[in-house]
Amino acid sequence: MAEVKRVTTPLIDEVVEGLRIGDKLLITGVIYTGRDAAHKRLIELIEGGEKLPFEIKGQIIYYVGPSPAKPGQPIGSAGPTTSGRMDAYSPKLIERGLKGMIGKGMRSQEVKDAMVKYKVVYLGATGGAAALIAKSIKKAEVIAYEDLGPEAIRRLEVEDFPVIVINDIYGGDLYQEGEAKYRRQ
Amino acid sequence: MREVSVGEITKVVRDLFIDANINLGEDVLAAFNQALEVEESPIGKEILTELIENARIAKEEEMPICQDTGLAVVFIELGQDVHLVGGDLTEAINKGVRQGYQEGYLRKSTCHCFTRKNTGDNTPAIIHLEVVPGDKIKVIAAPKGGGSENMSRVTMLTPAVGLEGVKDFVLQRVKESGSDPCPPVVVGVGIGGTFEQAALIAKKALLRPIGSRNPDPEIVAIEEDLLGRINNLGIGPQGYGGRVTALAVHVDMIPCHIASLLVAVNIQCHAQRHKEKTI
Repeated sequence: MAEVKRVTTPLIDEVVEGLRIGDKLLITGVIYTGRDAAHKRLIELIEGGEKLPFEIKGQIIYYVGPSPAKPGQPIGSAGPTTSGRMDAYSPKLIERGLKGMIGKGMRSQEVKDAMVKYKVVYLGATGGAAALIAKSIKKAEVIAYEDLGPEAIRRLEVEDFPVIVINDIYGGDLYQEGEAKYRRQ
Repeated sequence: MREVSVGEITKVVRDLFIDANINLGEDVLAAFNQALEVEESPIGKEILTELIENARIAKEEEMPICQDTGLAVVFIELGQDVHLVGGDLTEAINKGVRQGYQEGYLRKSTCHCFTRKNTGDNTPAIIHLEVVPGDKIKVIAAPKGGGSENMSRVTMLTPAVGLEGVKDFVLQRVKESGSDPCPPVVVGVGIGGTFEQAALIAKKALLRPIGSRNPDPEIVAIEEDLLGRINNLGIGPQGYGGRVTALAVHVDMIPCHIASLLVAVNIQCHAQRHKEKTI
């Protein structure tokens, strides 16, 4: 296991340049949630030349649809959903300054190419570790698309949110390299 | 003839969905601990440790293991000597799902196929009813997440490809699924029957406790060979590379048409949620 690195948001090039696949990161700061339906609407705004509901430059989007919060909790269980469904939308957001994505599962070549070109990282949160991840989310506020329920865009304040670098800006892919390393014929 | 009020079924369905989503099965926890012993990848070990810790937090704080609390799949084994009274069985089950997902703070993940509008209460339940001898009712709640269900497939092979062809299909399916279904997975395989039956027996195979031994030695050999070959793929926990890609492979097989060789692969994430109660 590589060393644990602490990073804060928004992300800047100097920080992203220091990240390599397999690094464990603890993120502190603000991150935004969004999954299928919210992405569709964000792209519609971009195509219509309209303003996005939050400043995307340097930000991280977390692909999550949390379970409802119990009274007294900031959020319910909040693990990642499969990122591949956002592949069609991600390059457009990356072009507008998105710096990081958190999810689970493989990305398309198009997204990986955009990540290298614009210095963006793809980070893996552990799928199914939703109660553990929720502990690092201190505050959650719906900032757009409340009608989408669990799919609404939320502004999360996180402390030591645990992720692993899956794709770095040098074209590294933890899924491919990890699988190749442990494959037996 | 034993009379049972459908209201009892509502209550059991409610409680089982909350229980299944919050409390990881003991068999799964034991499989995580066993996986931790054989896993060689440091990141893989880290993931398994997180999953064990996650189960502890979920149980202690009574919150879902995973935010995807699934579609509400219900299996009912209804004794033929039971007379259900007090209402409609399907409605009673849906009422239990509604109550469980609302009162248990579970995510409602059921929506219209095209408008994507949420039904709001996680109904309708997916109900599989089987009539069995006796005067008892067994209720099984098996919430099924989208990520792993999306990786499942049914296919029609040519009988000439035989057992090796079936195994190749299962292996290819797990390989192509990669990290998406949240490995380490449990793989349910249904061989034979018709289109719908192959899928159903694959899903039912997932209900067997991890670590339980199939009574049929022919099936045991298939399960063991597949598990070994899947774990040689190198996908590992969360797909980051490692020795443990699957916790178990559960196979069921029934006779098929003389023209056919069907195989269904139902992939299950590591949460492997199901709880049951007999009334």
